[in-house]
Amino acid sequence: MVEIGHFALVLAFALSLVQAALPFIGARTRQDRLMAVGGPVAITAFAMTALSFLALVAAYVQSDFSVLNVWENSHSAKPLLYKITGTWGNHEGSMLLWVLILTFFGALVAAFGRNLPPVLKADVIAVQGLIGAAFFLFVLSTSNPFVRLVLAPIEGSDLNPVLQDVGLAIHPPLLYLGYVGFSVCFSFAVAALIEGRIDAAWARWVRPWTLAAWIFLTGGIAMGSYWAYYELGWGGFWFWDPVENASFMPWLAGTALLHSAIVMERREALKIWTILLALLAFSLSLLGTFLVRSGVLTSVHAFATDPTRGVFILALLAFFVGGSLSLFAFRAQSLQPGGLFQPISREGALVLNNLFLTTATATVFVGTLYPLALEAVTGEKISVGAPFFNLTFGALMVPLMIAMPFGPLLAWKRGDLAAAGQRLFAAAGGALLAGLVALLFVDGVTAFAAVGFGLAAWLLIGAVTDLVLRAGIGSVAPSVALRRFAGLPRSVFGTALAHFGLGLTALGIVSVTALQAERIVAMKPGDTVDISGYVLTFDRMEPVRGPNYTEDRAYFALATEAGRDLGEVISSKRVYTARQMPTTEAGIATRGFSQVYVSLGDPAANGGTVVRVWHKPLVTLIWLGALVMMAGGTMSLADRRLRIGAPARRKVKAAAGVPAE
Amino acid sequence: MRLPRILALLVGLFLALQPGTAFSVTPDEVLADPALEARARAISAGLRCMICQNQSIDESDAALAKDLRVLVRQRLVAGDTDEEVIAYVVSRYGEFVLLKPEFNWRNALLWGTPVLLLAIGGGYLIVAARRRRRVAVGEIAALSDEEKTALAQALKREA
Repeated sequence: MVEIGHFALVLAFALSLVQAALPFIGARTRQDRLMAVGGPVAITAFAMTALSFLALVAAYVQSDFSVLNVWENSHSAKPLLYKITGTWGNHEGSMLLWVLILTFFGALVAAFGRNLPPVLKADVIAVQGLIGAAFFLFVLSTSNPFVRLVLAPIEGSDLNPVLQDVGLAIHPPLLYLGYVGFSVCFSFAVAALIEGRIDAAWARWVRPWTLAAWIFLTGGIAMGSYWAYYELGWGGFWFWDPVENASFMPWLAGTALLHSAIVMERREALKIWTILLALLAFSLSLLGTFLVRSGVLTSVHAFATDPTRGVFILALLAFFVGGSLSLFAFRAQSLQPGGLFQPISREGALVLNNLFLTTATATVFVGTLYPLALEAVTGEKISVGAPFFNLTFGALMVPLMIAMPFGPLLAWKRGDLAAAGQRLFAAAGGALLAGLVALLFVDGVTAFAAVGFGLAAWLLIGAVTDLVLRAGIGSVAPSVALRRFAGLPRSVFGTALAHFGLGLTALGIVSVTALQAERIVAMKPGDTVDISGYVLTFDRMEPVRGPNYTEDRAYFALATEAGRDLGEVISSKRVYTARQMPTTEAGIATRGFSQVYVSLGDPAANGGTVVRVWHKPLVTLIWLGALVMMAGGTMSLADRRLRIGAPARRKVKAAAGVPAE
Repeated sequence: MRLPRILALLVGLFLALQPGTAFSVTPDEVLADPALEARARAISAGLRCMICQNQSIDESDAALAKDLRVLVRQRLVAGDTDEEVIAYVVSRYGEFVLLKPEFNWRNALLWGTPVLLLAIGGGYLIVAARRRRRVAVGEIAALSDEEKTALAQALKREA
């Protein structure tokens, strides 16, 4: 089975080479038969990669320690779920997942791209094939997961305990679906540049792909954040770790792309910019892959470091980023600019969004790479951490959030800012009220935090305002308003939901940052600690034996100040036997949207145990907000004009200049 | 069996570099004065644990981080201002210890990028909008003969 998987992987590499070459030649020489080769080859390449992937999963499930990769990262006593997810919990396996998803997207384009113009389709599939070929070569030559050991060891060395969690089943696949999903946008952009033209079908096609990739990436990042929050034991949800930044940059660029693609689809404006963003989003994904996989950065994600891998990915990065940007520089002038608009208009608002989002992307980019660059150039070492990012990134988000509710209320082409402002009167009032209430009635709220609460309220009410106004709630009869509400395009709901979700996330972040409480105490059984209106009683400590670990499990009783029992909180310290590596398993009690978070430390001097307790008000909104954003994206994806697919190819070449209106 | 031995070595190295899980601030470190302790926490959050991966000394459980936390508290108790404490730590450990790099010329590119991009991008947009408006006005003035005929026909049809 292992050899079949290895063979299938080599076959997939060969198929990718065919996929890269034949449709491209066909498209240049306008030979339909050669162009038609692309689709079936892309689907077969996916099938081969899937077979290869399944072979590796099977080796993990069977604990076949004659495979080096399995021996390094698995253990026979590991629960089945972690045997399966352990497949991608290491460098080689995760790269195999990467190419699996890449070929999956290639196959999707092949399967669902029937109404695409044949030349465009052939070029897109060829570019996907080229990316695939490069990464198959990388996997086969530097990161082959199918390498055998001459003498099979009896027992494996186990998966990193931090990764033995359901999070590993969800976080990497979602993240890769997002990362690699942008490859389709990239391929579409390169295909458009090769032909030097963009027709209506292009914009219609790129937006759903961007949306889909964005939804997955949002989910992947949020899941990673929640995982780090409960697993690492100190209750942080975002660390501005270089590896997090590596996934955040494509998200920011993707969000910008999402918005500029709307302008392009509706108004045929911003074509050149949208193409550039499509190239950048995937380039940043590749950069993220390079940063994480090369070992330039050390973190829990960099499973193993090997300089040859780093150089190889750097070469791939240079080839794809450099190549596509050169093509862009060479071809951009030949693209025709589209519709005109006034600065104050829906388009103008979306351009403003793009300005801030790309600046934010660049800020994260520079902050992440500046220490590396400085050390390489001058040898000096500096650190760029959370305080820098909070200051710069935060400062960029404030104007963006202030502007956000205006966007959907402005008309296309020429908007009326004063009228939009008037309609946002309720939102402004609500924001002011929220800020004042927080400042005056909630303990520990500084003026700075009050502004944060006001901004979150502004986003939330602003998002709802759009729906209320469009449905005419309050201005027409309720039955009419209801009918109108139900009849609103789904993309309108999508926008409102996504913006509302961001408001929720902002509210969660502001609330935790401003109002979280913390107690660090040495506790013995019977001791209690008060925190934010709760009383936590340390009940007892018991040793427990798990399948591949032993743990000291501490039981706490949570109650309100009035003495009402709220149930048990279990927090433990684990030692994984194979690696002799300790982890903390935080005890979390969710009350409404808030959480009480209990983490165990070392034995204290007085014979008790050090216990760290947090109250994190509204913390779950951070991730619920992300879920709402994903729901918004999904809603938008289901909009009628995307569902009915791309329009038929125009007979006449896209009308030059300004569309008459 | 050369490969497994190297691997064993690597695995050992990996384990050695793993952070433990006992956590950062312990009860015996906490200062009696809550205001002073709050200042200590805020300062700690901005200082890097030198041997960790992107962790502040406030989050880290490494022995070195603990030493630094205790040092920060000692300086605070001795009556230093926040700036003096940070300056003292930087003088001993170098700028690498700061999670927010200093605002100086060497870091100009780091701090300047957001401002510069906003200025360039914003400036470009304003100029482009002005130019576009002029072009638009120009186009409206110059209606071609062909368009005039089409307009006349359309008006005739309408009538």
